[in-house]
Amino acid sequence: MLAAAIPARLPTSLEEVQALVAETGAHGRRIEVVGGGTKRGIGPVTADVTLSLAGLDKVIDYAPEELVLTAQAGARLADLERLVAAQGQMLAFEPPRWTKLLGVSGEPTLGGALAANLSGPRRIRAGAARDHFLGFQGVSGRGEVFKAGGKVVKNVTGYDLMKLMAGSWGTLAVLTEVTIKVLPAPRTEATLMLFGLADAQACEAMAQAMNGPFEVSGAAHLPPFAAGAEMAVTALRLEGFEASVAARVEGLAAALKGFGRLETLDAPHSREFWGGVREVDAFARDQRPLWRLSLPPALGWRVAEALPGDVLYDWAGGLVWLLTEAEGPRVRTAARDLGGHAMKLRGPGPAFDSLPGPLAALTSRVKAAFDPLDLLNPGRMAG
Amino acid sequence: MRMPAPEPALIARKAEIVRALRRIVPGEGVVSDPDELVPFESDGLSAYRQTPLAVVLPETTQQVAEVLKWCQAEGVKVVPRGAGTSLSGGALPLADGVVLGMAKFNRILEVDHANRCAVVQPGVTNLGVTTAVEADGFYYAPDPSSQIACTIGGNVAENSGGVHCLKYGLTTNNLLGCEIVLMNGEVVRLGGKAFDAAGYDLLGLVTGSEGLLGVVTEVTVRILPKPETARALLLGFPSVEAAGSTVGDIIAAGVIPAGLEMMDNPAIRAAEAFVGAGYPVDAAALLIVELDGPEAECAELTGHVRALATARGADFVRVSHSEAERLAFWAGRKAAFPAVGRIAPDYYCMDGTIPRGKLPKVLSAISQMGEAFGLGVANVFHAGDGNLHPLILYDADKPGDLEKAEAFGAEILKLCVAVGGVLTGEHGVGVEKRDLMGTMFDPTDLACQQRVKCAFDPSLLLNPGKVFPTLHRCAELGRMHVHKGKLAFPDLPRF
Repeated sequence: MLAAAIPARLPTSLEEVQALVAETGAHGRRIEVVGGGTKRGIGPVTADVTLSLAGLDKVIDYAPEELVLTAQAGARLADLERLVAAQGQMLAFEPPRWTKLLGVSGEPTLGGALAANLSGPRRIRAGAARDHFLGFQGVSGRGEVFKAGGKVVKNVTGYDLMKLMAGSWGTLAVLTEVTIKVLPAPRTEATLMLFGLADAQACEAMAQAMNGPFEVSGAAHLPPFAAGAEMAVTALRLEGFEASVAARVEGLAAALKGFGRLETLDAPHSREFWGGVREVDAFARDQRPLWRLSLPPALGWRVAEALPGDVLYDWAGGLVWLLTEAEGPRVRTAARDLGGHAMKLRGPGPAFDSLPGPLAALTSRVKAAFDPLDLLNPGRMAG
Repeated sequence: MRMPAPEPALIARKAEIVRALRRIVPGEGVVSDPDELVPFESDGLSAYRQTPLAVVLPETTQQVAEVLKWCQAEGVKVVPRGAGTSLSGGALPLADGVVLGMAKFNRILEVDHANRCAVVQPGVTNLGVTTAVEADGFYYAPDPSSQIACTIGGNVAENSGGVHCLKYGLTTNNLLGCEIVLMNGEVVRLGGKAFDAAGYDLLGLVTGSEGLLGVVTEVTVRILPKPETARALLLGFPSVEAAGSTVGDIIAAGVIPAGLEMMDNPAIRAAEAFVGAGYPVDAAALLIVELDGPEAECAELTGHVRALATARGADFVRVSHSEAERLAFWAGRKAAFPAVGRIAPDYYCMDGTIPRGKLPKVLSAISQMGEAFGLGVANVFHAGDGNLHPLILYDADKPGDLEKAEAFGAEILKLCVAVGGVLTGEHGVGVEKRDLMGTMFDPTDLACQQRVKCAFDPSLLLNPGKVFPTLHRCAELGRMHVHKGKLAFPDLPRF
């Protein structure tokens, strides 16, 4: 579901981005900011021109021993993951692509992953994109070039504008160059699987695993529909050095004995399984509207009780993928009542939640600080 | 260091201001007697002192909101304060301002094991959170060295770190939510118990904002299950280069230790003389490496690290065999600041971060600068993340020594920036590094940050004089940028 054809610009330097924002703004025209364009369907943008970062795709500096990578915002995630994997490292926030899920083609970029604050199953252990975002340079909606943060892993100099940019969906500034923290990739991994648990029971099992000294780096529950099987599957991933993973598999299996039969996936099968969870493959070919609900983990299962449809739980129950025909406001209210929020990734209506009064006012003041004329991705985060 | 000039008209209104604060916070909650104000006149950066106009110690969010609202209406400046342990002067009072002390917000409101979080008031100490949850096998990961005294509210304001933040992150990576009060008295909740919240990540923005954006009145922190085992290694090296290379080797081997600290010879000697931790006093550099996790992992990685260190020429290797021994290894490092305090009348602690590979170059430059300034320096270093803490030794009673120490410190921080690092890794900008912000950020970068300030506090009454070298009125910052003599958007209305 791509936006109607509007003129596209493909700048190849910071100066060109700056000039483009300034000129476009001077003519009172509005800009859709895209990386690979794979998340364009999330949140409608009404714009006169598309600014693609795909031409700014170079790696500026990669210092494995410093755990730091600087790249232009349009650098492709796939390229960067190959680059760091060659040094035994990874982007620990495990950014999902969602291309199959959203039924789109294109190459997701690092800037896009940061702007949308995407993170995969390892979120529960390693944090989100925002937790690995160390610094950036960009162009604000005022047409100004500015930077924030740094190129070292530990820094509190000035406001943490990286957190603000992460999850702002391109509505505050056009990121042109970003620095992230990279981490050693685990030597191996294994996944323990439980079968046939009801949602509430599965959340209980995941909580027990999370609350023990097992360093669980993935905790998902796939009810029968999501598992594509007769029985539900609950999965717990353990990553690290061989001896450590072996010891933790044993310890965790003992701790979960009360939940029935256990099976262990070896490293290749574990990787394949979590790739599927990260991409929510199970829901890719379904035509129903798709929601992403972020909730206190122990309460995740209650949203499935409150709403019709099919679910898949990640983040130990804290992330609920929901396929449902239920009305938007009903889904949003159910999430809010449990202390969370809902985002619609596929289907008609707004993508984002509206915000309560004082927070909404503060949010618009922050938006105006960077983009007072509402040039960048106008309307995208409207609830 | 110059603070904004006090307004005599406000100082003249002291009695009226105190009366108004007492109406909002009755009883013992307002301090105005000059003798009783003395304990509030500085924070952990004790070189700077200023008696505030008054101190108010509210007990409820509503009182905080009313105090801020009244102060905004009357144009009275407010300096928020936790335990006052800031090392950058974040809580330094103003002569014409009110200190808003959060010490009475000292309750743990909820421990939620199922969601692995705790909801606490901001005046709870950092260690107090761990104490509240450790019986159930949990702990709160960020551990600044002042953790027995510093408060969670202050940790949020400063985005505090600690020796374990290489593996477990700073405060910002361990928060789920908070309640803040804006200068206009509005109460805003950011985040909650879920991993992320709707809208912009204002929680991440407020964390580390040094008390300039809002006053924190409630915090939801993540708690983690305690690792099964923790083991420490002490590694002594004949050169700083060898120790630095070992740090690089450990990271390259895919090991992220829970703690990875370095001390240079003057710091080793001072610490050993103070606590007798068994440090090798002749070593040029000492590494303390802590590994945590399952027993099997600690055993395997201890072997790896020991082999890497030996290959780089470590001539002193000890591995802790008990919890008591592990704590003894740390005792010297944790006492490094007071230990240095014994070998010089005063010390001034710097906090730059550098790319780790630049360590030998930076340490030798610091030593040369020390000779040029005629001041001693001892270095402790969060080696894993490149966060350097040079302790400059001086004597405050000797005329000109403090100024020399400040100039030396500024040179060190400029060097950190010049080699690709930053001014502060964990202590904050405060008043201390305020005037150096221009070495890292250009005027446009700073204007972008100051406009964020304006979005939260347009009257600039909350903690003024900190972080930003120049105070710009918000109306002035709101104007559009002039680029090469041309407005970026010449045809559009201005505001």
